[in-house]
Order: sequence, then structure tokens, then C-alpha cells
Amino acid sequence: MTDRTDRTRMDWWLVAAVLAVVAAYARVIWFTPAEATQGLAQKIYYLHLPAALNAYIAFAVVAVTSVVYLWLKDPRADRLAESSAEVGLLFTTVVLTTGPIWGKPVWGTWWTWDARLTLTLFLWFIYAGYLVLRGAVTEPGMRARYSAVLGILGALLIPFIHMSVYLFRTLHPMPIVLKPDRPSLPPEMLQTLMLSFAAFFFTYVVLTRARFGLAVQRAELAMREGSSDGER
Amino acid sequence: MRDAIIGPRAASVSANEPTNLPGVLHAAWLIARKDLAIEFRTRTAFFSSIVFALLGLTIFYFAWDPTAVAAVDIAPGVLWVIFTFSGLLGLQRSFGVEQADGAMDALLAAPVDREAIYLGKALANVLFVAGVQAIALPALALFYSVPLGGVWLPLAGIALLAAVGIVAVGTLFSAMAVNTRLAELLLPMLSLPFFLPIVTAAAQTTARLVAGRPAAEAWPWLRILLGFDLVFVVACAVAFPYTLDE
Repeated sequence: MTDRTDRTRMDWWLVAAVLAVVAAYARVIWFTPAEATQGLAQKIYYLHLPAALNAYIAFAVVAVTSVVYLWLKDPRADRLAESSAEVGLLFTTVVLTTGPIWGKPVWGTWWTWDARLTLTLFLWFIYAGYLVLRGAVTEPGMRARYSAVLGILGALLIPFIHMSVYLFRTLHPMPIVLKPDRPSLPPEMLQTLMLSFAAFFFTYVVLTRARFGLAVQRAELAMREGSSDGER
Repeated sequence: MRDAIIGPRAASVSANEPTNLPGVLHAAWLIARKDLAIEFRTRTAFFSSIVFALLGLTIFYFAWDPTAVAAVDIAPGVLWVIFTFSGLLGLQRSFGVEQADGAMDALLAAPVDREAIYLGKALANVLFVAGVQAIALPALALFYSVPLGGVWLPLAGIALLAAVGIVAVGTLFSAMAVNTRLAELLLPMLSLPFFLPIVTAAAQTTARLVAGRPAAEAWPWLRILLGFDLVFVVACAVAFPYTLDE
């Protein structure tokens, strides 16, 4: 296990992740053609979409590890759920920040109650609530069980929010990469997008790993202090 | 085991009760009756929820420009926001009453299924919310001059469906929230995202009913409401035992 000096040591995986994102963005800015009608504003797409996809991945991981926790009662599953939720919330924040910045020049408005915007906002609410719940329960076993229940119910809620917000009209562009037939993005843009997605996925894994390490250290600290109030 | 579900105290309550109901439902009914008896004798939560609902309806009336939007247009939205928030008041209390004197431990020590505790609590909460609705709906019709005459029966049906959905999720979260450091704050924070599909569907259906639109327009919304109730009653009943100590 890790000892105290580890905390001050550089996390080289994190450095690699930052470099990967920088490299992907260098390609976005200098080596990818600008979009015909949106011009430079479309460059944010390579940040917006990968962040959104990785947020979905992160929350799927929360749901799966929550089920695993309730089934096997393995504290590692709980720590992974906690870490993934926190990183997923970070990515959702990125999506909610880049969306309006892109929306203003292209749609002419910072915010609109479009279906996918609303869904993303509610994802943020659900997992912000998840993290607040974790912070509000001191006993580790109870915290793990409560948050696993919320992690699963939150995943069940997403399709219902999706359906109800879609009954309102939607402004958002329809998917052009993840659709049944071939992607309609030009090959240069698609390659850049894939690269950017890979860089972000790598960042997700690295951040979750770092957060997992922190969760392990916190649990150890609580164990050493040997009391329930030592937690956090 | 199932035949022995009734403890000594509950036995006296159920003396003249038909015992042919399946064990879980019977136990759930006893728990619901216990909660309703407490509520009936104290009336604190029910009374404050009704006053809260009436206050909410009143304050909303003064919070927009009546020369720009007709009262009847804003009424369905106001109604469902108020129902949701007043429902939370009742849900807060659902497991709050079990905090005193370790009542929750006694309830858990009783030889009943954990699901029965959840269903009983949820049943009492549905009746509680329905009771608030039964008073707030006519008040809305009065304050906002909404013609409810011809549509009150389908509207009551929607109100019941929405109450079931709100209570299914809210009861579970209430059980969790009482054991946390942020009890009063956490329940709405966890519940409200779950209430979005319910409030949207119920408000849209209400608006179409009141406007005399054909029922087919409301059907997609009604389907969401029905699906939500089905999924979350089952999911929360299954999840509830996990929120309790082993």
C-alpha cells in the first residue's frame, strides 16, 4: 500500500493525460479543417462531445459498481463508484460550460431548454446529490449502501428524464457519429474526434485512478484513527 | 414465519381484521394504519402541509403579471410544483417519527418482511399526499378560476398516479435522509431530480385536460407517468432493505 510520502510525489499518469489532451487539441486547432458554416466556433466540438461521452461512461461505471457493491459488498466497488461519480461530475461540468460557449455564436443563445441540455443538467443534479449524500453519511458501510442505491436509481431515472424532455421540441443537432449507419463527419474531423475522445478517456481513467487512491488512503486513515468520527 | 408476522401490540390492533390477506400486504397495511393513526392523533404534518399548499398557491398568484398571462394558463404548473413541495413535507416526517425512542429498531425487530415496512410507509404517504391534493385541488379551482367541473375524475386519476410516483421515490429517500447529517436538506436535493418526469407529465396532462384537448394528446405523457410508477415502485421496494442495517 501507499505511504505518506506518496502524496507529494508527482503522478506521472496525470502528466501523461494532460499531454495527451494538449496534443489532441493541437491537432484540433492546427491540423483539422474548420467547419464550413460555424467556422472556428466548431472547434469546441472536440472538447464538448468527448467530455459528454466520457461522462456517460463514468456514470455507467457508477451504476455497474453500485450493483456489484450491493451484490458482493466489496469496498473496492464502492470506492470505484465514488471516484467515477466525481470524475463524471467534472466532465459533466465541462459539457455544461462548453455547451453555452458554443451555443451563443451558433444558436444565438447561451441556454435553451432543449432536450439534451436539460438531460445533461439533470445528470449534474443527480450526481451532485450523490456526492452530497456521500458526504452526509459518516458510517462507511451505510454510506456505501446508500450511495449504491442512489447510483442504481439514478441510472434508472435517466431514460425517464430523456423521454419527458424529448416530448418538448429539441434544437440540438442529431447525433452524427454514433448513429446506426456510417458517421457523416468528414474523415479528417472524425480522426481528430477519435483522438480527442481517446485523450479524454485516458484522462478519465487516470483521474479515477488517482481519486481511487485517495479513497483508499482516507479509509486507511479512518482505520488508523480507529473511530467512526475520524472519517473525513 | 409469515403467520407469525404480528407482534403482541399489533395483534390487538388487528384483532378484528380479516387475516386472509397475503402476509406482506397485511403487514404493510398494519404499518400504514399505525402511521395514519399517529398522524390522525397529532395532525401536525397534515395540517402544515395543507397550509403550506394554500400559502404556495396564494404566493404564486402574486408572483406574475396577471395582465400578461391568464391565471388558468399558469394554474397547472403552479399546482404541480406546490403538490411536489407539500408532498416533501409529509415524506420528511415518514421516517422522522421513527427516530424517537428507537422506534425504527423496534420496527425492524418485528418479524415482518423489510419490503412490508417500505410498502406500509409508502401506502400511508400516498394517502397523506392524496389528502393534501383533495383540499388543494378545489382551492386551485377557486383561486385560479379553473373549470374543473367536467374533468375532475381524470384529474384525480392523474393526481393519484403522480402521488404514487412521488411517494415511491420519496419514501425510500426519506428512510435514507433521516440517518444523515443533512436530513432536511438532503431529501429535496435527492428527490427533486426524480420528480421532474412526474411533474412534467402531470402538469402537461393537466393543462391539456383543462384546455379540453383530446385525450390522445395526453396519452404519451400518461405513459411516462405509468412507466415511472411501475419501475420505481418495484425498484424502490427491492432497494429498501439495502438501506437498513443488517
